[in-house]
Amino acid sequence: MSISTSTDITTSSVSAEHAHHGHPDHRLFGVVLFLIAEGMIFLGLFSAFLIYRSMLPVWPPEGTPELETLLPGINSIILISSSFVMHQGQAAIKKNDVAGLRLWFGLTALMGAIFLAGQLYEYFHLEFGLTTNLFASSFYVLTGFHGLHVTVGLLLILCVLWRAQRPNHYSSESHFGVEAAELYWHFVDVVWVILFILVYLL
Amino acid sequence: MTEAISTTKQRKWQDYFTFCTDHKVIGIQYLVSSFFFYFIGGIFAEIMRTELATPDPDVVSPELYNQLLTLHGTIMIFLWIVPAAAGFANYLIPLMVGAEDMAFPRLNALAFWINPPAGVLLLSSFFVGAPQSGWTSYPPLSLLSGKWGEEFWILSILLIGTSSILGAINFVTTILKMRIPEMDIHSMPLFCWAMLASSALALLSTPVLAAALVLLSFDLIVGTSFFNPAGGGDPIVYQHLFWFYSHPAVYIMILPFFGIISEVLPVHSRKPIFGYRAIAYSSLAISFLGLIVWAHHMFTSGTPGWLRMFFMATTMLIAVPTGIKIFSWCATLWGGKLNLNTSLLFGIGFVSSFLIGGLSGVMIASVPFDIHVHDTYFIVAHFHYVLFGGSVLGLYAGVYHWFPKMTGRMVNETLGKIHFAMSFIGLNITFLPMHELGLMGMNRRIALYDIEFQPLNLIATIGSYILAASTIPFIINVIWSLNKGKQAERNPWRALTLEWQTSSPPAIENFSETPVLWSGPYEYGIDSEPRDSDSIRDLLAEVASEG
Amino acid sequence: MNIPSNIITLIAGIILTMISLWYGQNHGLMPVAASEEATQVDALFNLMVTIACGLFLIVQGTLIFCVLKFRRKKGDTTDGPPIEGNIPLEIVWTAIPTIIVFVLSIYSFEIYNNMGGLDPMASMASHHSPAQHHHHEPMLAMTGEQSQLSLGIGDSPDENSNSPVYVDVNGIQYAWIFNYTDSGIVSGELRVPVKHPVHLNLKAGDVIHAFWLPEFRLKQDAIPGKDTTLVFTPTRIGEYPIICAELCGAYHGGMKSRLYVLSESDYEKWLQENIMAQSAQEANTVAISTAEMSDAEYLAPYAQEMGVNQEIITQLRPIQ
Ligand code: HEM
Ligand SMILES: [Cu+2]
Ligand SMILES: [Cu+2]
Repeated sequence: MSISTSTDITTSSVSAEHAHHGHPDHRLFGVVLFLIAEGMIFLGLFSAFLIYRSMLPVWPPEGTPELETLLPGINSIILISSSFVMHQGQAAIKKNDVAGLRLWFGLTALMGAIFLAGQLYEYFHLEFGLTTNLFASSFYVLTGFHGLHVTVGLLLILCVLWRAQRPNHYSSESHFGVEAAELYWHFVDVVWVILFILVYLL
Repeated sequence: MTEAISTTKQRKWQDYFTFCTDHKVIGIQYLVSSFFFYFIGGIFAEIMRTELATPDPDVVSPELYNQLLTLHGTIMIFLWIVPAAAGFANYLIPLMVGAEDMAFPRLNALAFWINPPAGVLLLSSFFVGAPQSGWTSYPPLSLLSGKWGEEFWILSILLIGTSSILGAINFVTTILKMRIPEMDIHSMPLFCWAMLASSALALLSTPVLAAALVLLSFDLIVGTSFFNPAGGGDPIVYQHLFWFYSHPAVYIMILPFFGIISEVLPVHSRKPIFGYRAIAYSSLAISFLGLIVWAHHMFTSGTPGWLRMFFMATTMLIAVPTGIKIFSWCATLWGGKLNLNTSLLFGIGFVSSFLIGGLSGVMIASVPFDIHVHDTYFIVAHFHYVLFGGSVLGLYAGVYHWFPKMTGRMVNETLGKIHFAMSFIGLNITFLPMHELGLMGMNRRIALYDIEFQPLNLIATIGSYILAASTIPFIINVIWSLNKGKQAERNPWRALTLEWQTSSPPAIENFSETPVLWSGPYEYGIDSEPRDSDSIRDLLAEVASEG
Repeated sequence: MNIPSNIITLIAGIILTMISLWYGQNHGLMPVAASEEATQVDALFNLMVTIACGLFLIVQGTLIFCVLKFRRKKGDTTDGPPIEGNIPLEIVWTAIPTIIVFVLSIYSFEIYNNMGGLDPMASMASHHSPAQHHHHEPMLAMTGEQSQLSLGIGDSPDENSNSPVYVDVNGIQYAWIFNYTDSGIVSGELRVPVKHPVHLNLKAGDVIHAFWLPEFRLKQDAIPGKDTTLVFTPTRIGEYPIICAELCGAYHGGMKSRLYVLSESDYEKWLQENIMAQSAQEANTVAISTAEMSDAEYLAPYAQEMGVNQEIITQLRPIQ
């Protein structure tokens, strides 16, 4: 790089601003990277599931009680719609509408809780246990691990709701917590769709 | 973002034992603690080599041998090379890109502080019967040989894995988002490129290991049968998941040191790096290819023939970007004015011994040949040439290169050269004979072997003692230089990357003023006056006043 | 920059090629080759050694040359020439390795195919239905259930007309047990006639083992729940080690056996003796045939030697 170009750039206002006004916010980028890593865990589990599925001549193995799809189906619809509900929350805060944020996020939290309750209900009414066979184990580990993520997402939402009580905590300019929670929740949703197709429908 | 811990300019020693968010403190914490684990892993290795000096299992019982073997591998990989690389990355990346700290300093401190407990957990498995199934931990063996030792191993790896994912998030964000504005991606130091490639691998592959280990835990503790054939499971699935991480892991362990070598060679041979873009992009090529070669560790396992052929082809391809790097380094040295100090010696030693590991790597990529040598001492020779000859020598090259920056003191060159000579000679005496052992029929991971293999084993054992002894001059050197070493200037090597523009050691906030990108990172010979930021500033002022 | 003159480069190149070619043929690193396929693998290995030797000499030579020749003079603080790259040169050193690995891949593929690695089941299918009655109940629940994937090394495509020998091989901690499917002989060592194809069907009773014949350059894991295959045709009479190459527990290092390649007549003799011994024993112990011998009984003689105590052995579940 020649002298003249570097002087041009260093004396430009861009660099001065960058150096003296703190960092731009990279946290959302960090969250995306984290979710990529999370996605790979599920990818690992899903591929194991698919290998087992292709390996055994009968899948689920003979004697596995049929999976009920009605309740999980309703549950799925609730979870998927909650993503849209949640997005309204973010739209609200972008207009500086904290009450709207609290309303929509509260609703999302409720839907998430219903999903978890439905999941638990299903667990208690299934006729197979964790160690019954390969399918049963995969079923519990996949749905359980996903359920864990739903729980974490729920806690994040509650956290946002808690913070939203403080005046001016979130504003149209600064609402990283809201965005991060939403991104996470969408991620959990997408994973569920894949999981539902693999485990219940295929 | 940095939380200033003290108002004085420099850190106090106590700071190094706290949850400090300064990337330089964290870097040193990583380096020192990983060296401590290196010491333990090294002791285990010496016990194993002593055992192998004679064919009979007489020094330690075969059970203990397998425990040492498992912990040696695990410690060297997860508690030495990987965290030591993270140490350099922490210390250097913000300085190299002209930032005040990492993108997420608290996350960074957290990532470090996960490591020591994980290490303690791993070592404490000795109290419950340490794991005995190797660092690969293949089921069903790992399910049968001691439940709690195995579980401790799993938990410890899960913790370290989490740490390296968090670290990788930080590295990628800092490199991509926090460079001073005038540094575009093609004028950033090659170490940053290498860390970008290595972090991408860590992000994409470590989670898959986590998946494998969670399933293994279920088999172990709850009694499911994901990998247990006795209950209908498939142990091969574990191998796929494991190697999907662990092949990339070998590149996670070497790419940072590729980066270090690309910094060390140009500075001390006073020449620009040869083929900047080729080296930068070959790192990315390696990490991409690194994701699609994993089953070359399973050529004799449950891998159908056509898959063996597929993975042979992809593995062979990796030799191309690797070769580009080796040739470019040689060309960097060629025609330079080599300042043969310890750092450069280690750098050249790196190229020399990594080459051997790379050549044997291409051989074992060939399925018909690998079928013969898989799980033999030939493989042990291969990965020690790349991991000791590569990663460890590269690490030392980095230590000697940045010691003045990190501590403000110069190292003692005589002790350093003794350290290099002993390491280089010891390494070749230890690992070269292992090639022949493997070819002739000695399998790996054994505490007892046929008498015909004794002579070469004895040589290897002697070599390993030289290696052990080689750390003595290093430790003396570090302690001596810290106290008595010559005061280091800001830029003793007259290097061009940004970390040399600040004081040695750097101030807490790294740069008193935003550093100035004076030239590309390796433009030696174009303007041979060394500069620090003050003189550059003067010059810029001159230019500005003239214009 | 001091480039050696063309003549010197040429001479160096010739010497380097000669050394590599010589070393590639005379490294003496491999044990004897006891089958046709092993010889082919050795040819591949020799080629790789030749190439590696050449590259080794070039790179190490360059490094040594640099260290000797381009050392900084004392007091010289100037920089070297600012050469940042050389596109033609970089293309060359990208292209040459690409060509090398391409050639090596094709050659390896060829040899792997000759070894019978691409379709191991093709060779097994023809035989195993008639002999099925010899296969006793699957030892693990999965064996029957899993879809059969062909794994291992099968018959080499250029057929050998001699009648094959079929052996079921069972790996258990820490021994190999050989079960001749056609004659019912059970043995702890493997005896085969020279120049007859040997079909091994590998099973594992507890953990993963690996069946390695160094002199045949053959290795295949024995995986619980999945049968694998090794087929080879010994061409050299002699005694060879059989080694377990996959960590299988504390005494993995002691898990060894022998392979005896016998002349046809010696093999016949051994076969007859053993069939006789076998039937004598069967007559004695009316209900129990050797095939039903448990691992524990089978292993007892080895136990002492390997330091395994009787308790562990009796815990092994019966395999037949
Ligand atoms: C030219 C590049 C390389 C190629 C083609 C290559 C190829 C291979 C292959 C095919 C194996 C499996 C051999 C077997 O188990 O039968 C292997 C093993 C291994 N390689 Fe490499 N390799 C290369 C570079 C590296 C590097 C850079 C590292 C690490 C810094 C590395 C570390 C290892 C380790 C640790 C193992 C053994 C793992 C185990 O079984 O415990 N290799 N390599
Ligand atoms: Cu690999
Ligand atoms: Cu074994």
